[in-house]
Amino acid sequence: MTFPLETAAHPEHLRRVAIDPVSRVEGHGKVTLLLDANHHIEQVRLHIVEFRGFEKFIEGRPYWEVPVMVQRLCGICPVSHHLAAAKAFDRVLGAAPVSASATAVRRLMHYGQMLQSHALHFFHLASPDLLFGFDSEVAKRNIVGVAQAHPEIAKKGILLRKFGQEIIRITSGKRVHGTGAVPGGINKLVTLDERNSLQRELPQMLAWAQDAVDIAKQLHAQNPALYNNFGSFRSKLMSLVRADGAMDLFDGVLRVRDENGRILFDQVDDQRYLELIEEEVRPWSYMKFPYLRSLGAQLGWYRVGPLARVQNCDFIPSARAEIERQAFVAWGRGEPVHATLAYHWARMIEMLHAVEVIAELLADPALLSGDLLTSGVRQRHGVGMIEAPRGTLIHDYEVGDDDLVTRCNLIVSTTHNNQAMNESVRAVARDYLDGQELTEGLLNHIEVAIRAYDPCLSCATHALGQMPLEVTLLGADGTLLDQVQKSPQGGLTRTT
Amino acid sequence: MTAPLLVLAWGNLSRGDDALGPLCLAALREQLPENLKAQVEFLEDYQLQIEHALDLIGRQRVLFIDASLNCAAPFEVTGLQAAQDASFTTHALSPQALLQVYQDMQGEPPPPCTLLAIRGEAFELGEPPRKAALANLEHARAWTSQWLLKAS
Repeated sequence: MTFPLETAAHPEHLRRVAIDPVSRVEGHGKVTLLLDANHHIEQVRLHIVEFRGFEKFIEGRPYWEVPVMVQRLCGICPVSHHLAAAKAFDRVLGAAPVSASATAVRRLMHYGQMLQSHALHFFHLASPDLLFGFDSEVAKRNIVGVAQAHPEIAKKGILLRKFGQEIIRITSGKRVHGTGAVPGGINKLVTLDERNSLQRELPQMLAWAQDAVDIAKQLHAQNPALYNNFGSFRSKLMSLVRADGAMDLFDGVLRVRDENGRILFDQVDDQRYLELIEEEVRPWSYMKFPYLRSLGAQLGWYRVGPLARVQNCDFIPSARAEIERQAFVAWGRGEPVHATLAYHWARMIEMLHAVEVIAELLADPALLSGDLLTSGVRQRHGVGMIEAPRGTLIHDYEVGDDDLVTRCNLIVSTTHNNQAMNESVRAVARDYLDGQELTEGLLNHIEVAIRAYDPCLSCATHALGQMPLEVTLLGADGTLLDQVQKSPQGGLTRTT
Repeated sequence: MTAPLLVLAWGNLSRGDDALGPLCLAALREQLPENLKAQVEFLEDYQLQIEHALDLIGRQRVLFIDASLNCAAPFEVTGLQAAQDASFTTHALSPQALLQVYQDMQGEPPPPCTLLAIRGEAFELGEPPRKAALANLEHARAWTSQWLLKAS
């Protein structure tokens, strides 16, 4: 496969710059740039340096342990893994569809997760760049800076996220390591007191979610040149939609639109995803590159996540979010919106939708009473698919007669966006870095493009002091020419 | 009613020595004397996040516990002050930055906070904690038991 700027013709003559790790994303990513003597970009790659072993971690375990265990794959969206695994094992138990109560509780858990994750990303991770500017003072360009300059925005973000997490606690049983979803259903209902406590907070959450959409919309309106063009490129879009074409973030059939917005594939059963998708391995990254099997790797790559979902559906089945979806679509003037920064706007529309769905679910009596578990004829294989905050999440398991998982395949949301993130980084490198001296602000432009996807590169590992930003320049012969480290306080230190 | 003491540990039980914080918390919870149970709240999470500032409200003292690759073995104890730092990743939202957020949001200094950093070596998915790390954990647990007695 050949993509522009993916592989330089003569890398041995080029200077190497590494941004390692990419900051304010989940997990460990690294960007390398190869520059010629005139600082022109010749090669750009986003490497994922720690994305191995998930399947091995799961194979050989009893199936009933897996929905709890997979939460440890990711410290930022454990609920998505929890629910996708439970849905897959519903199939193995012949228990799909699960009871009305199990569906209601699981949906509530999922939309709570969507709310808290989107709030975290927009208010805490993206807002420093969006509110202060990509080149702003690095010491201020973080959530603490936002809290000082815009305390009301920071507080809304924290309280929206807290509300989402409270939903997760109530539906999954615990703040972390929840066990609420089990193969075949759920293990607890919501109590009346719990339901009422959540309902009391709804009006405020709805107002704040609407405010967040307005902020995102205003950012685009105030600087359309930047927001329409930054890291922008045309791509196909993939997501689950409800059978009638409505947005559904919990369940549905796969749909793909082409670069012009025309539907390429529709009504694809999630159990048959492998007829639609194939994955390619490239030697320079641990993360695979999925693509549409019938189109091949060169033409068949696509984007997932909020930008895809808001445009892939025919409508959003909640009143306020549907109004905002229409405004978003109108921004494209008859064409799909391909702007990378529009992910933020789409994400906030989804957050508003999530609050509206939570309101509907809290009024559903099935939350409070009904059957917990369903059973059926045992199968050997099951696929669980869900629209996680970052995009389509696929869990695929085979289980032996001894109840142990014999095969596991996970395609996590960020993997679908692998090619797209690389394309965004290349677009930014072309537009902002080519021919320039490298500065922290310029390098942050690349990180801004990656952060728009809210990537979850690999999660839940950390240690104090483990995350400096390091930029290394190597000469054509491999000689270290320059090395810059960004300290935890934001200062740059040259070590050569 | 809010317990006056908060012990907040973070880490991933399935990532080798990253489990030290949650393991320390579990041991403390198990051996906490009955007369202290109303005095202490234990919280665990995968990573320190900004909303944890809300968990500090109404506390008299707070102990943060995390695994560290950089501290001296077996553990280090540091008094914490609110500070603005770049907090490059959400994983690395530092306790100091969290206190700064508390201060900005609440308009008052945070309660006295202490960081217990337990020395770890490796954080691979699916790996158990190493022997050396577990030995460090035992020293840290003993220190923390004394801290709880004194603080209460």
